[in-house]
Amino acid sequence: MTVLVAMSGGVDSSLAAALLVEQGHRVIGATMKTFCYSEVDGPKNTCCGLEGIMDARAVCDRLGIPHYVFDMEEAFTRDVIDDFVAEYAAGRTPNPCVRCNSNTKIPDLLRKGRMLGAEAIATGHYARMRVRADGTHELLRGVDRSKDQSYFLWGVPRDVARYLLFPVGELTKAEVRERARALGLSTADKPESQEICFVPTNDYTDFLAQRLGPDHPALSPGRMVTASGEVVGEHRGYARYTVGQRKGLGGGFGRPLYVLGVRPKTNEVVVGEASELDRTGVELGDLNWLAEPPAVGETVEVQVRYRARAVPAVVEAVEDDTVRLRLETPQRAVTPGQSGVIYRGEVLVGGGRIR
Amino acid sequence: MDRIYLDHAATTPVRPEVVEAMCAALAEVSGNPSSQHAWGREARMRLEEARERLAAVLGATRREVYFTSGGTVSDNLAVLGRWRAVRRRTGSAAAVVYSAIEHKAVIGAAAAAGREGAELVVLGVDGDGRVQPESLEEALPARPAVVSVMWGNNEVGTLQPVEALATRCREAGVVFHTDAVQALGKVPVRVDRVPVDLLTVTAHKVGGPKGIGALYVRKGVEIEPLAHGGGQEHGVHPGTENVAGAIAFALAAELAERERESEAARLAALRDRLEGLLLERVPGLIVNGGGAERLPHILNVSLEGADQEAMLVSLDLEGVAVTSGSACQSGTVEPSHVLVAMGRGSSTEASIRFSVGRTTTEAEIEAAAERFVRVAERVRAAS
Repeated sequence: MTVLVAMSGGVDSSLAAALLVEQGHRVIGATMKTFCYSEVDGPKNTCCGLEGIMDARAVCDRLGIPHYVFDMEEAFTRDVIDDFVAEYAAGRTPNPCVRCNSNTKIPDLLRKGRMLGAEAIATGHYARMRVRADGTHELLRGVDRSKDQSYFLWGVPRDVARYLLFPVGELTKAEVRERARALGLSTADKPESQEICFVPTNDYTDFLAQRLGPDHPALSPGRMVTASGEVVGEHRGYARYTVGQRKGLGGGFGRPLYVLGVRPKTNEVVVGEASELDRTGVELGDLNWLAEPPAVGETVEVQVRYRARAVPAVVEAVEDDTVRLRLETPQRAVTPGQSGVIYRGEVLVGGGRIR
Repeated sequence: MDRIYLDHAATTPVRPEVVEAMCAALAEVSGNPSSQHAWGREARMRLEEARERLAAVLGATRREVYFTSGGTVSDNLAVLGRWRAVRRRTGSAAAVVYSAIEHKAVIGAAAAAGREGAELVVLGVDGDGRVQPESLEEALPARPAVVSVMWGNNEVGTLQPVEALATRCREAGVVFHTDAVQALGKVPVRVDRVPVDLLTVTAHKVGGPKGIGALYVRKGVEIEPLAHGGGQEHGVHPGTENVAGAIAFALAAELAERERESEAARLAALRDRLEGLLLERVPGLIVNGGGAERLPHILNVSLEGADQEAMLVSLDLEGVAVTSGSACQSGTVEPSHVLVAMGRGSSTEASIRFSVGRTTTEAEIEAAAERFVRVAERVRAAS
């Protein structure tokens, strides 16, 4: 079949394309241009940079398949960057990669794919798709659990997800690199990108200052208080703080303090001791389901950060736009704005934004 | 699937006769035309012979034709080089006048002059992409360093009133440049009939190789070089000459000129056939510049409600080589400044440029129309 592959210029999507070619598909490489490179200073080696486009093109040339660049700057700015800025301004900690996959990259890729006559779309995510006996599709965690990226895919609309292929999901990262090397792909040993692609300097507060203006309340000093209301210091703008953060609070408290939360309305950052970070309840909004939604009373697993382990949780309430979960073991730093992703074993059920 | 090349305005296949002549020149001519010895004389003779032949095609004299590395360099010399020469002589920053639909080489060169202090005056176009000769009047009294309006547009094909503009500039004592890269070999381009002062041509649009172009500079018009070094090409474009390229260019230009009338008629018929097929079978198709006199080989159409990128990609996947606007470094398609100047180029429509050429056949036109219709339906349905 004809498959349109999203290629960032990294090794994972490079090999994804190569594997599809090996499997005999008619493969079309595509790189999504998400922002204007000339406007961004600093290193250009991020996943969305111009260099990524060149690397993806080189891999496609090597594989003998066509490669195209799709301009999604407008949608990316609206759906990802503006949301990123608005979330920080509202005192939450956004997850732009989730937002990009859910709203922009993957649905847009499918839309383009349909125009080009493609029957499926593929990415280099470490995740798997399984077709069940009844013909429905399930999205599973990648085989390499240390690289599993299903967490970033919870927001993909279900009617889009069924067209997705994840060719590297059955492999470990080491296997991916090894096979890419064996195929002579120029991206085989390319380092992984860690930072947010549109903040190549990795200083998101600098980026927020450009977008919001340096005098925005989110970036202006305010009081640092404890949960009981005691003022213990001054903070440098609540957007600079995220739940669980310890560094950058200043010193002289006489005990280790952590950020418990921020209050944008009063421009306060709430701090407290480590034990105060533990949460047993999680509420999710902006929901999306890729499988049968969880039922009240069901025990599922929930993962509240990309780097956190999924932990058992009992579903307490399910409404149209809200799910409440009770955690069996308390979780540290459940952060508003981050993704709460629900699994049944290996199967991605869906998720929402933590409220 | 057989591929169909309908992008002759981007570049043309090199004609077999030209390949042969160029290969022979590469094998035979080994000297440097600037050398004083026999090898040098030989090379110089061949170079000057090529210059003579190209000059004859253009209706110019040998001393007025300067070989360059292509259209972009010629345009830069004509605009930026001309502007700098005027500034050096007068000590003041004159204006640069050019149309809104010029090639990026002219626009870029004008912008560079702008950064050095030139006032930039942009002549607008009508809905079919034509510059109105009257629009020039306001700009002339200030004595611009150069007025640059292309002979025929590369994106939509509209022919410009070059004769009227050049005549008016001549009367006003203002230097007039025209980029005739697309016009050469398609319409009569003669500097002895049309009073232009500077004229850009390039080999690879007329069946010659890439990397060789020329600038016609009317005797007495000052140009400042952009690169500096030896005195080759009378210092206008120094650097050891591309002798084989010049020989190939001269031959390609001669052949194009010799066949011009019959070939232009054939191309126009092919273009009109394609236009007719598309208008008949694609609802809502618009022919850009359709109300103007156009170069015979260019057809530019807009399709409302179709995704631009998907149209281009789909046509490529179907083996049909076409283009749209200009691609930036990353490979994405930017809105065409030509269509925007014509009051078109909305983001909800796809614009496609077809350009036919010497190798294009009637059968290819039929097949390309077939594929275009199919692609347009699919893309529109999913857009």
